[in-house]
Amino acid sequence: MPSAPETPGFSTSPSTSTSTSTTHTAERLDTELAIVVRGLVKSYGSVRALAGVDLDVARGTVVGLLGPNGAGKTTVVRVLATLLMPDAGTATVAGLDVVRDAAQLRQQIGLAGQYAAVDENLTGLENLTMVGRLYGARRSVAKRRGQELLERFDLVEAATRPTKNYSGGMRRRLDLAAALVAKPPVLFLDEPTTGLDPRSRLSLWETIEGLVAEGTTVLLTTQYLDEADRLADSITVIDHGLVIAQGTSDELKDRVGGERLEIRLDDPADAEAAVRALAPMADDAPKAQGEIVAFGVRTRSGVIVEAVRRLSGERVGVDDITVRRPTLDDVFLALTGHAAQEPDEQDEEAAA
Amino acid sequence: MRRLVSDTLIIAERNLVRLPRSPDLLLAFTVQPIMFLLLFRYVFGGAIDTGGIPYVEFLVPGIVVQNIAFGGFVTALGLNEDVHKGLIDRFRSLPMARPAVLGGRTLADVATNVLSMTVLIVTGLLIGFSFHASVLDIVGGILLLLLFGYAFSWVFALVGLLVSSPESANSAGFIAIFPLTFISSAFVPVSSMPPVLQAFAKVNPFTIVVDAMRALWIGTPAGNYVWEAVLWSLVILAVFAPLAVARYRRTASR
Repeated sequence: MPSAPETPGFSTSPSTSTSTSTTHTAERLDTELAIVVRGLVKSYGSVRALAGVDLDVARGTVVGLLGPNGAGKTTVVRVLATLLMPDAGTATVAGLDVVRDAAQLRQQIGLAGQYAAVDENLTGLENLTMVGRLYGARRSVAKRRGQELLERFDLVEAATRPTKNYSGGMRRRLDLAAALVAKPPVLFLDEPTTGLDPRSRLSLWETIEGLVAEGTTVLLTTQYLDEADRLADSITVIDHGLVIAQGTSDELKDRVGGERLEIRLDDPADAEAAVRALAPMADDAPKAQGEIVAFGVRTRSGVIVEAVRRLSGERVGVDDITVRRPTLDDVFLALTGHAAQEPDEQDEEAAA
Repeated sequence: MRRLVSDTLIIAERNLVRLPRSPDLLLAFTVQPIMFLLLFRYVFGGAIDTGGIPYVEFLVPGIVVQNIAFGGFVTALGLNEDVHKGLIDRFRSLPMARPAVLGGRTLADVATNVLSMTVLIVTGLLIGFSFHASVLDIVGGILLLLLFGYAFSWVFALVGLLVSSPESANSAGFIAIFPLTFISSAFVPVSSMPPVLQAFAKVNPFTIVVDAMRALWIGTPAGNYVWEAVLWSLVILAVFAPLAVARYRRTASR
């Protein structure tokens, strides 16, 4: 379980000169918040990856960090996992400062990265035993814990095989297991299901849900909006190194408001004409992506008929037309002005 | 400090456990030195005048030095792979001693160096090499070799962290090591080279270490070679180990 910070209020020392109510808030932060980030700035050369990020994560909750490529998601995780020094701002995890208390903090966190960070030449059990020993456990203890985790992650049969023979899903599970070796109260998952097949994703989601049920605090970065929708208690959207929205999935969807009308055209070449024809009835500017044109409307009634009438007036053929509640994709589009990235493009960010 | 030792040993164990599982790596440690030795002994050997000393006696103390310098290659390749696969991120997020990842790597190199050195000496003995030295000098030579190899492992550790891919680690290593070993007294007498190369060869630490090995193993005049060789090894270690550790602290997986 999370240990109390050794020097209570250590992380909130700036508040000593402010009013008592602030101090009270600060104490509350220490006890109820697992992660507190204030004004985090980080630049790589002339590229500003983080431009002043604030973030609170309550103990035992999952916060989904959502954003397009290069938004700064991974940089946030790197700073919080003590891999990267921030240029400015403060961050505490489990009451420990990520810079000053980095050594202690590493006992309290687990990290599962974009890559399955396991040694390909070691077996599953050898990998977990090594990590356990590096956390300071004795060989026998680390081995027992490793076996426990292999059982839990359905990897017992593969325990004595070198991991280079594992499937993608098995590697991710082992990577997650390695992050859990020391039963850390705070877990960072950086795009945990990128590149996994749907079945493996689902099983990993279930595992993560199990962890949260046991009280682990999770900070999850993802580009899959359905993943954030399913796993996260609260979502933080960042873009260009800044937090641009925060709230539950429902709260964010309400911000987009109303209903969404989605029209599939017969011919993507008509998209421009369709956008022009539909603009007068739209709540926001219609956006076209390929043969799909989508926009918000205030009420359901009559919108389908009106849309079809407007489009046929312009001789635009319609293949399909639906009215639905906004999804996180719409939220993303509305907030950032562009769609969530295609999974294929993630490799570019990884390579950058 | 205790954590540094135990973490270093854990990482060294990790790097040794994988050895028998990668046959290509094992071949590099055993077949490659044998091949080099035989090629030089039988292809070039007849054409090289070593002033009264049989070429095989001249060659073995030289080729062991070249071989041990290459031993650290595994460190460069392995570390570079760890950076790319994200393992370095994992290690850096763990509460382990900071220099242990590099310390364990280079320590594992010592074990593989012992292996390939043994292969080389046994092959040398089979094709006509013989020691003209006391047991103490022979052991002293072996220890000097291991120290020099260990120092070079740290050079390769830095290379592995700096370059962008295992391929470039490979070529950076070759470009650095080949001229150093060939423009030295390892394979031919320095006096047979053009003046410019002679000047370089005389100050080249490889020449000093090779001459020290010859003094220890076949009884050529010792001069100050042995102490200079030890000093060179310690200087290389003192320069490159801190550089590599500093680089490691800032390394992020790509």
